[in-house]
Amino acid sequence: MTHATTHVMTEPATGSTTEVAADIPAALPTHTGRPIEFAELPALMSLMTGDEKHGPAATSTLDALWVLYDRVLRVSPGTVADPERDRFLLSKGHGPMAYYAVLAAKGFFPVDWLPGFGSYDSPLGHHPDRQLVPGVEIGSGSLGHGLPLAVGTALGLRAQGRPGPAVWVLIGDAELDEGSNHEALAYAGAAGLDRLHTLVIDNSSATHGWRGGIASRFESAGWSVATVDGRDHQALYAAYNAPHPGRPHAVIARVEPKNA
Amino acid sequence: MDTMRERFASVTSRLLDEDPRLAVVLADIGVDGFAGAARRHPERVVNVGIREQLLIGVGGGLALTGLRPIMHTFASFLVERPFEQVKLDFGHQGVGGVLVSAGGSYDWPSGGFTHMAPGDIGLLDTLDGWTVHVPGHPDEAETLLRHAAAAGDDKVYVRLSVQVNAAPRPVDGVGFRTVREGRGGVVIAVGPMLDNVLAATEGLDVTVLYATTVRPFDAAGLRAATGAADAADVVIVEPYLAGTSTRFANEALEDRPHRVLGLGVGRQELRRFGQLDEHLAAHGLDPRGLRERIAGFVPARTGQ
Repeated sequence: MTHATTHVMTEPATGSTTEVAADIPAALPTHTGRPIEFAELPALMSLMTGDEKHGPAATSTLDALWVLYDRVLRVSPGTVADPERDRFLLSKGHGPMAYYAVLAAKGFFPVDWLPGFGSYDSPLGHHPDRQLVPGVEIGSGSLGHGLPLAVGTALGLRAQGRPGPAVWVLIGDAELDEGSNHEALAYAGAAGLDRLHTLVIDNSSATHGWRGGIASRFESAGWSVATVDGRDHQALYAAYNAPHPGRPHAVIARVEPKNA
Repeated sequence: MDTMRERFASVTSRLLDEDPRLAVVLADIGVDGFAGAARRHPERVVNVGIREQLLIGVGGGLALTGLRPIMHTFASFLVERPFEQVKLDFGHQGVGGVLVSAGGSYDWPSGGFTHMAPGDIGLLDTLDGWTVHVPGHPDEAETLLRHAAAAGDDKVYVRLSVQVNAAPRPVDGVGFRTVREGRGGVVIAVGPMLDNVLAATEGLDVTVLYATTVRPFDAAGLRAATGAADAADVVIVEPYLAGTSTRFANEALEDRPHRVLGLGVGRQELRRFGQLDEHLAAHGLDPRGLRERIAGFVPARTGQ
């Protein structure tokens, strides 16, 4: 799909749309109207082109992200600056199409931003930028930054007497190669950061694999761990809500192998 | 007299009592100095262990929640090892914090090159928006640390060292300070280099500026000093990599003819241990070495 039409974005500050891109399917709500359902996310994702290289990375996260934003995270477009909001940090910034689709579906920014994906005037880069996109908690793209930032976020909330907000970070199984993750997960386990949650999307893309399993890395560091089918919404929901008193919690969401 | 690091621990411990927004992040270095503060503020004094990527990442995360993190370890492990964390977890995220380093260029010469970081400020110069303080005395370190802690959401680097001047001077956390006036050129002495510069320029007809805040570079202060001098001949003596600030002096003087000599630590690894004074001499930063380079550079109008 190509986008030859001139696209004028909605200004985030005013919310006024001056022109709606011609290539958004008429059936999709482009403004705050009826809720967008999970089944419509592929159509939203198809509005974003130019990063097909990361297509598998994008679809691997779709179900896990949807269940989080639809049923678990206590954050909405109206609370993106509320100190009591839950934080979701997308560490694996590659292939953010599913993330953008979910954020758009939940109204964090207008659907008509999506076709501009990756263009000079668009706030939607091939890696998200927190300074440009409402609801995006961190700029990511360089792997291995999200989990340490999430540890600091959990510590910062605790130090300010805010036990309410949950902190979630999404990483990939290949991203786990980055040593910074191991610094963070070892410390988080030792510190008992029970408001910290790591969602690992495992599409078997780590070059050397994880002998003994990804879960064992977290378990041996003192985390609570659940491994689930990353396409099973009910299983994801149950894993997200598993009690883990005194310990951080990791959910390993297994999806089809990237290179299958 | 306490060291700059000791002053850092005592002052920052008091600041933690006063300002609930501050938090200290350590990586096993300097932990003893914060033992009391850690008892009083267990959730705002965090020791992550020997994990320097996490040291900076945790600081960035704290800042994302609105706290002002103060991160500390040796310069080589604070700036060089986790440089991308400094670049992304602060600059790219758009949050602020304070990096406080120890060890400098060769505070522990017998520790060898692994504990030497002459390139720390050159690295930070590749990033946008870092304020850099280089105190030359523990009293100045205290003042500059207080400035750094109170600097809103600014990104601030404070470079502590065991190399010190004999006496403190007033510092304001902003500009250069004129210590001596002359007409044959301007010598900028950065932080702990001041005493050696004053000794080296004794009897030379030069202005000596004392710089403890080097970023932003006080271009107006340098222009004013060169305006008072006959010629825009400038020598910068820095306790880190030679030439680090030369570009900034050139930019400050771009509208007038000028020459800039940048003196500091050489790039070449000496593979020597020993004492601080021996390393200063080896890099030509002792009074004799400085005298030779400065006298050879400024016009020959010496004497009274």
